Amino acid sequence: MAKPKVATTSLAGCFGCHMSILDIDERILKLVELVDFDKSPINDIKKFTGRCAVGLIEGGCANEENVEVLREFRKHCDVLIAVGECAIMGDIPAMRNMVPLKECLDEAYLNGPSVYNPSGQVPNDPEIPLLLNKVYPINEVVKIDYFLPGCPPSADTIWQALTALLGGKPVELPYELIKYD
Amino acid sequence: MKRIAIEPVTRVEGHGKVTILLDAQNRVKQARLHIVEFRGFERFIQGRLFWEVPVIVQRLCGICPVSHHLAGAKAMDQIVGGENLTPTAEKVRRLMHYGQTLQSHALHFFHLCSPDLLFGFDADPAIRNVIGVAAKYPELAVQGVMLRKYGQEIIKVTAGKKIHGTGAIPGGVNKNVSIAERDALLKDLDQNVTWARSALKLAKDYTVEHLETLAPFGSFDSNHLSLVRADGAMDLYHGNLKAIDAAGKAIFDQVDYQNYLDYIAEEVRPWSYMKFPFIKSLGPENGWYRVGPLARLNTAKFIDTPEAEAARKEFVAVTDGKPNNITMAYHWARLIELLHSVEKIKELLHDPDLQGTDLVVKGERRNEGIGLIEAPRGTLFHHYKVNENDQITMANLIVSTTNNNEPMNRAVQRVAADHISGKPEVTEGLLNHVEVAIRAYDPCLSCATHALGKMPLVVELVDCEGKLVDRRAKG
Ligand code: SF4
Repeated sequence: MAKPKVATTSLAGCFGCHMSILDIDERILKLVELVDFDKSPINDIKKFTGRCAVGLIEGGCANEENVEVLREFRKHCDVLIAVGECAIMGDIPAMRNMVPLKECLDEAYLNGPSVYNPSGQVPNDPEIPLLLNKVYPINEVVKIDYFLPGCPPSADTIWQALTALLGGKPVELPYELIKYD
Repeated sequence: MKRIAIEPVTRVEGHGKVTILLDAQNRVKQARLHIVEFRGFERFIQGRLFWEVPVIVQRLCGICPVSHHLAGAKAMDQIVGGENLTPTAEKVRRLMHYGQTLQSHALHFFHLCSPDLLFGFDADPAIRNVIGVAAKYPELAVQGVMLRKYGQEIIKVTAGKKIHGTGAIPGGVNKNVSIAERDALLKDLDQNVTWARSALKLAKDYTVEHLETLAPFGSFDSNHLSLVRADGAMDLYHGNLKAIDAAGKAIFDQVDYQNYLDYIAEEVRPWSYMKFPFIKSLGPENGWYRVGPLARLNTAKFIDTPEAEAARKEFVAVTDGKPNNITMAYHWARLIELLHSVEKIKELLHDPDLQGTDLVVKGERRNEGIGLIEAPRGTLFHHYKVNENDQITMANLIVSTTNNNEPMNRAVQRVAADHISGKPEVTEGLLNHVEVAIRAYDPCLSCATHALGKMPLVVELVDCEGKLVDRRAKG
């Protein structure tokens, strides 16, 4: 029987949640026996190769491409898990929701003390994507099945949730693993 | 004119991508690496309280959070007038930092780069990943996983948590290292020294064996910049700024980093969200420089741990003592630092100061702080101003990967010119060549693009009317 597939992606996050996945350490060797990794930044698979049992999403939506990727994940995955605060609530990237985007751009490209910008241009090339005015948590964009809190959730939290789901069991996390830092 | 777009994380997901323009004879006219992510951190941190900085800023990057944590803390030390840390505080922070360097270098080498070196740049992408390594070289994969784990364990002991800890606070640290914690770490130390040695040997042998092909690959002459200790030694936690040119002549040396604004500026270009730093006295055209392991090996006079120093001597012998400008030599340099980190960890774990109880100092309150550190990927700048209500009013960050922006662009240009220019078609193998060159820098892409260094690529050939001529994707 073919192994179930797992896909992962990082939207507007810091990659700490992916690092926490790697913190399952030796168990990663066990994991690759249980599942096949599909689209993920840790391999060279760029497009979904088939239907995935589980999609792990790190990060919220800060630009239009994040939204497209997220919708694509929803389409290809049976179960979507929001991993970490950025995905659940926007977290640090969403701190920019408190200020107009233009002020953020001006600070970085015009006003910063080390900036050298004689033409006074803010990056605007068609090659770089449009930013959203606000950073959105992912459940405001698509339906999410599970939320793993923490910044990042611990490796044990991710491991327990994943193995329960893959084994067809209910996801039951002990109280100690539910953290909101 | 044809346009090739290499999108590291696909068109829909792109955080960073390469575009290449070709003329009618398929000669490369322009090649650019665009960084397509923007955070706005410098603005939205304003108004937050200064003691939150070390905890907030590490969320910029989950791959090297400790570097941001400590650079932010060093800046905040100055706000509270506590930059002369107690020996316990400084050593706990250093231990945290060497743990971080160990885990980050192990991650980059084993999880991200070893597939290219072990299977070849042109290997089947289906096996050219860490899972492929685990299948073919299980022992090596386990070593990589365990070396990284050891680094993470050290961070957990010193910072309270493996990712985004709270160990450093303005003027010191939250906790010391107990005897029990120390002994638990000492138990696994020797094994990790052995693994670090064999990892370094792998990187060295690979580089020396393939030197002829690796030396020109994505290479060019450049300036180099890092912090160095007062006696010229490599120091990853603290030091003064030193920059040399491609021939090894000092541009400046032992500059107090509090004056960094007199020496460094960052150019804005419309086609990338990432700025382009340069040395002011040389101007934006000629003043760009490289940072990170290669630059540090070039700027340091020596390394103060025996095995890494012996390895450094072998490294500089390859270029007859002149600066090494070989892009692919980053890997060898990185693994020398990995062994150095383990040696430093050993030294620190045997230091009784770790069990000291004097953790925090305070002095005269100031309203401005500048903290620099040698992060795994290179020199990291944090600069803040604080008002009388303890709120941040100005923040300026020059992250390590930003310092390497121009060099990464040069590497892309060189590979495009050498391997793509004039070719009738773009093959998958050629794509990976571009990727390999970018990956040598170990770009901390979460600060910039979020991808994990192991970037899926799409190349699209689009003609001048915007019509898709050819398209190739890996995987
Ligand atoms: S939740 Fe925390 S660890 Fe995860 S991506 Fe966001 S900031 Fe990083």
